[in-house]
Amino acid sequence: MKEKILSIIYAALNDASEELGKPELARPGPETHLYGRKGHLDSLALVNLLADVEQRVADDLGKAIVLADERAMSQKRSPFATAGTLADYIELLLSEG
Amino acid sequence: MGRVFVITGSGKGIGREMALHYLAQGNVVAGCSRGEPSIVDKNYTHFQLDVADEKAVVAMVRTVRKSHGVIDVLLNNAGIAAMNHLATTPMQTLQKVFATNVFGSFIFLREVAKVMMRAKTGRIVNFSTVAVPLRLEGETVYGASKAAIEHLTRVAARELGSSGITVNAVGPAPVDTDLVRSVPPEKIDALIARQAVRRFGTFADVIQVVDFFIDPRSSFVTGQVLYLGGAG
Ligand SMILES: NC(=O)c1ccc[n+]([C@@H]2O[C@H](COP(=O)([O-])OP(=O)(O)OC[C@H]3O[C@@H](n4cnc5c(N)ncnc54)[C@H](OP(=O)(O)O)[C@@H]3O)[C@@H](O)[C@H]2O)c1
Repeated sequence: MKEKILSIIYAALNDASEELGKPELARPGPETHLYGRKGHLDSLALVNLLADVEQRVADDLGKAIVLADERAMSQKRSPFATAGTLADYIELLLSEG
Repeated sequence: MGRVFVITGSGKGIGREMALHYLAQGNVVAGCSRGEPSIVDKNYTHFQLDVADEKAVVAMVRTVRKSHGVIDVLLNNAGIAAMNHLATTPMQTLQKVFATNVFGSFIFLREVAKVMMRAKTGRIVNFSTVAVPLRLEGETVYGASKAAIEHLTRVAARELGSSGITVNAVGPAPVDTDLVRSVPPEKIDALIARQAVRRFGTFADVIQVVDFFIDPRSSFVTGQVLYLGGAG
């Protein structure tokens, strides 16, 4: 499941890379920084990425999730730090049904 | 080609009339209310839900997007009113009015905005009331909920402006629907007396404003609240 989620995030990052003109996002891995101190995305780009990922999860996995969860906003280690932490977080949301 | 509309509170009143109007123009409409559908049309789909039920709204927006790919217009119309002096207003009234008017409008705004952000275009119209600028006595809770919607409208317009999405609000003067039928007639008369044009509003008056806001040529009109009847 984790691999499937990562591939969804990578697809969304590929699109974002083109749109934002950021080639460093074109070949993403689990360690790719999204948001925060070393992040490649500003807050608006993050919001767009999350909206995109939510819709891809709905289309590809048939599950409706809302990434703007209370916990995501309050966790010490932000789930939006890297592609890997985002995938872990989505896996958690999916496991909760 | 028709556009894809999401209209909340399409079971009766203003929401139902708007749905019929946009269907007649050849658009696709997804509507919702807690009650049974009251429109039968091949381009109409009804979702029986409470707008404050986040899970149900997320599922509805997802279904509409899956069926049509895009959502062009959101008319955030579902709303309930409450008339009461603040000294005798129970807590439940606040909870009910805010749940439907503020939370419901917000959840739809958020979910539909995410779909529109991907498309880089969209039109959102929220529903306020002349009770806000007129500071109507007896409607503290209803007015406060609509004032909150006006603020959501203005800030959302800024946050979504770069995505090609406009967010505006219409503030109807009294229109003869179930919502105002529970208000004592002398109260309505007093309200109408404070308007510049002293008559009831009609469905067509409201639709006229909505038509303007959702026009593709209105891409430079956003963050505005337009009151009918010259109130405010
Ligand atoms: N009529 C006026 O004079 C006037 C003036 C100013 C502003 N407005 C605003 O215009 C909007 C429409 O008003 P209206 O006069 O058409 O009211 P209405 O005739 O009472 O219709 C309201 C619609 O919203 C639905 N609704 C209410 N609560 C809901 C909920 N929690 N979840 C889902 N659907 C819900 C109702 O269906 P169910 O009950 O089956 O759920 C109904 O279809 C409201 O926002 C109102 O505040 C109206």
